[in-house]
Amino acid sequence: MVMQPASTELAQRTAAVISELKSLEGPLIPILHGVQEEFGYVPQETLPIIAEALNLSRAEVHGVFTFYHDFRHHPAGRHVLKVCQAEACQSMGSDAIAAQIKQKFGIGFHETSKDGAVTLEPIYCLGLCACAPAAMLDGEVIGRLDADKIDEIAEEIRS
Amino acid sequence: MGLIHEIDFGTPASKSEKQITLTVDGFEVTVPEGTSIMRASMEAGIAIPKLCATDMVDAFGSCRLCLVEIEGRNGTPSSCTTPVMPGMVVHTQTGRLKDIRKGVMELYISDHPLDCLTCAANGDCELQDMAGAVGLRDVRYGYEGDNHVRAKNDGVENFKWMAKDESNPYFTYDPSKCIVCSRCVRACEEVQGTFALTIEGRGFGSRVSPGAHELFLDSECVSCGACVQACPTATLTEKSVIEIGQPEHSVVTTCAYCGVGCSFKAEMRGDELVRMVPWKDGKANRGHSCVKGRFAYGYATHKERILNPMIREKITDPWREVSWEEALTHTAKEFRRIQYQYGRGAIGGITSSRCTNEETFLVQKLIRQGFGNNNVDTCARVCHSPTGYGLGQTYGTSAGTQDFDSVEDTDVALIIGANPASAHPVFASRLKKRLRAGAKLIVIDPRRTEMVKSAHIEAEHHLALKPGTNVAVVTAIAHVVVTEGLFDEKFIRERCDWSEFQDYAEFVSDPRHSPEEVEKLSGVPAETIRGAARLYATGGNGAIYYGLGVTEHSQGSTTVIGIANLAMLTGNIGRKGVGVNPLRGQNNVQGACDMGSFPHELPGYRHISGDAVRDIYDSLWGVKLDNEPGLRIPNMLDAAVDGTFKGIYIQGEDILQSDPDTKHVSAGLEAMECVVVQDLFLNETANYAHVFLPGSTFLEKDGTFTNAERRINRVRKVMAPKNGLADWEVTQRLAQAMGLNWNYKHPSEIMDEVAKTTPSFANVSYEFLEKMGSVQWPCNEKAPEGTPIMHIDGFVRGKGKFIRTEYVATDEKTGPRFPLLLTTGRILSQYNVGAQTRRTENVAWHAEDLLEIHPHDAENRGLRDGDWVRLQSRAGETTLRAQITDRVSPGVVYTTFHHPDTQANVITTDFSDWATNCPEYKVTAVQVGASNGPSEWQKGYNEQAQQSRRIAGHLEAAE
Repeated sequence: MVMQPASTELAQRTAAVISELKSLEGPLIPILHGVQEEFGYVPQETLPIIAEALNLSRAEVHGVFTFYHDFRHHPAGRHVLKVCQAEACQSMGSDAIAAQIKQKFGIGFHETSKDGAVTLEPIYCLGLCACAPAAMLDGEVIGRLDADKIDEIAEEIRS
Repeated sequence: MGLIHEIDFGTPASKSEKQITLTVDGFEVTVPEGTSIMRASMEAGIAIPKLCATDMVDAFGSCRLCLVEIEGRNGTPSSCTTPVMPGMVVHTQTGRLKDIRKGVMELYISDHPLDCLTCAANGDCELQDMAGAVGLRDVRYGYEGDNHVRAKNDGVENFKWMAKDESNPYFTYDPSKCIVCSRCVRACEEVQGTFALTIEGRGFGSRVSPGAHELFLDSECVSCGACVQACPTATLTEKSVIEIGQPEHSVVTTCAYCGVGCSFKAEMRGDELVRMVPWKDGKANRGHSCVKGRFAYGYATHKERILNPMIREKITDPWREVSWEEALTHTAKEFRRIQYQYGRGAIGGITSSRCTNEETFLVQKLIRQGFGNNNVDTCARVCHSPTGYGLGQTYGTSAGTQDFDSVEDTDVALIIGANPASAHPVFASRLKKRLRAGAKLIVIDPRRTEMVKSAHIEAEHHLALKPGTNVAVVTAIAHVVVTEGLFDEKFIRERCDWSEFQDYAEFVSDPRHSPEEVEKLSGVPAETIRGAARLYATGGNGAIYYGLGVTEHSQGSTTVIGIANLAMLTGNIGRKGVGVNPLRGQNNVQGACDMGSFPHELPGYRHISGDAVRDIYDSLWGVKLDNEPGLRIPNMLDAAVDGTFKGIYIQGEDILQSDPDTKHVSAGLEAMECVVVQDLFLNETANYAHVFLPGSTFLEKDGTFTNAERRINRVRKVMAPKNGLADWEVTQRLAQAMGLNWNYKHPSEIMDEVAKTTPSFANVSYEFLEKMGSVQWPCNEKAPEGTPIMHIDGFVRGKGKFIRTEYVATDEKTGPRFPLLLTTGRILSQYNVGAQTRRTENVAWHAEDLLEIHPHDAENRGLRDGDWVRLQSRAGETTLRAQITDRVSPGVVYTTFHHPDTQANVITTDFSDWATNCPEYKVTAVQVGASNGPSEWQKGYNEQAQQSRRIAGHLEAAE
């Protein structure tokens, strides 16, 4: 279980992320990434802090945050597995792969396993069509998914 | 009559001077460069189908309905985002375009409810219009499947559906009807500048979201209604339209709230007001409005409004309802009796800044002609009288120098003692727009107002000075301009008196006026003062906007002079984008001053001692006017306490609540024998009245208001007066009862008399206003169509006059007993003493006055947010709740004066401006401490108010 940070600590850590990135041109998205990196997700309480710092309205920050699926509302599991569901991978059987993975971990897309080990997400094209079906585990891409590869992934996740 | 339909050109007008000719569907049309094809086409009379475009906001190109074909170009570009080119040949209706449009409409309608007949927008829906325009007959996709329309799909909860948001008291948000054109979002951003709305999510999941998926009322929304106006469907709809239905005719009139003077279409069904819609041709507001003007008109039909005249012997008696005849005859008799008994000067009157020019003119005429004295004053006494004095002395006119359009050419705006975001919201929106386009801002204010920092705007310099040190700070800015050689010598030599400049330059150059010295008493860092001075002097077109934070001080007139000096020093006078602009508080405070409401001035600011001026009126009115100035409001009250002033006719002003030192006001009123109050409600002053004459609202009469830019706007009657008579008729009937031969049949005849007798109004008539829409005075032979910008080739008085601005600290000082400084102001949703806005749904935003206090001062006193606190000064005490905020500096507390329960003016002192007696509302030394609830005074006052509002035959008190 990921502990929710206390509010003053949250404000301080958010302020630190902001001050590091504020000088960039168009700093909102980098800051949202920074916050997600810091907390593992984007706590809703950070949005007004970001808005205030960038002199934006709460609405605007909310609009940008909700536009990108990559920004999380909730903490993710210890590992994040993204399985490509785009056209090329689909034609190479990614639907079946996804079904196997779901069964293996007992969760669907956008869900986190009960032990907090893994969060499963769909992704639409990793640029790895030549090695379809593809997936990405904690930022590292994996090509030519099959039953063996899924076992390997499961091992890594549970290790 | 009919409904006024304004043409929607789809995209804003281009300001380019270069003209371009193109052909649309075979018709040639010539438009300025930068115009969109959509707009050009509309100019030619051809309406291209559209949904996401409207001319209040920039083109967006999302609805894909306005596509056109252009000869020689591939594809079907959107006409809203494509600018015209010379010789372009455009086709707006081809087979290909028709197919595309129909297909797009099918997609829209497949996710839209089909309840047109029972929909509030029926008859006023652009989606419906477009379905008609493209000939939609069928939706191939059907209505099943994913949708935002139904709460349940086949009995299963539909998570895409969202319930109606009815939290805002004036409009509803029904997401099921939304087509996500984002017109509302863009109106909030581009027109209003609040950025309270966004589109959340993406693709089919996109939704309009107030704040971060909040209710409208909880979000950053300020309820200006620009989104409602922009919405092409029933998604955002006025609750009044839902309740009543669509209007059938409309009348253009002028808002009766602040000095911006917005033009509105009052949209009516019969004599029922359905809604107010800002008029795009209104030159002050250009189609925008605030929450007050658009929505807060409910007071006109509030149950507490008094509709029958009433009299009583003593103020402890209950009121007795009588006929107009009896009330007016009684008043006339009483006034004459008092004059017979105590002398001609024992009565007087107060004109109203909320009434029309014509009504104000009549009240002062009644006093000068009928009462035979000059005991006339107006509420401008307590707000902008120093403006009249200061600008009159330096420039030669008592008014702002610019029109509001001028802000579009401003490079540096300097706001002093004003918070337009709250008090002049439509102007604030226009200024914010200019700031977002790159203009710079300097704010001089003890408080960190919304103008200092809010979404997308931030002041370059905020001079958070200690209340009461305006003169020192303004002089320090002049010190920097002069000593650093930033003044405009050419301008000064040409337009001003050079020797007076030299004298002023010598005065301000003295090291005691340096920012470093002034820092010690104002608390503003010297570098900030220097930065502000350099920016204002060298940043391009510099415009000063100021408010009551300048005037309501013991040195209010001196600060106005200092401001006038700054503009002259830097050559920021006499062209677009510059100038000195007092932001007038009330709708017609400029007009009330123009109409001769001051005891020393006849209409047009001509001194009463001038024989030639008096002659004009003497011969026309058949009397001999008194050549001595009469009594000012505070003098009338003093004289009443002394027993020499016994009767007063007060039209539309609540002096008990709005004037300083409430106890002194009540003592004065109590000492009088005949207090006549003409108002919509039994206001606080009426507690001390013997005669109550019911007033009429701005919706019930014809007339004119003059706004802060000297613009004379027409007020038009949209319904009959519920009280039977318009205010001008009441005054006329009173005059007749006093034996005067007045026979005005229409306010236009009153304006004709004003024009005939006042040189600056010589060309003004209702006929001319009808033709021009509005005009800015002076409007006469020299300026036949009015004067948007003053002092263009030289100052009205000849040479601009520099006057020394010596800082003299106010006598109101902090000490051990009263260590904090109280300053007062107002809030967006409420207006002045709140008599109108408290009787509307605007209380949803501001139900009581709060005391803003810095966390440091609060902690020292053990106060928590929301605690009841006692606020004490040398003059009195009251209680209210505390709001802890760092918007105010340590040592400064702030409150509003909208609620009679608080009576902030019990606290304020009787110190006033040295030149004009304008009270020092903005500085009072106070102490703040914990409290258990209302003070003894508040309880006693409430009891007395309850007693005095009893009406015989009515079960309950009227308020």
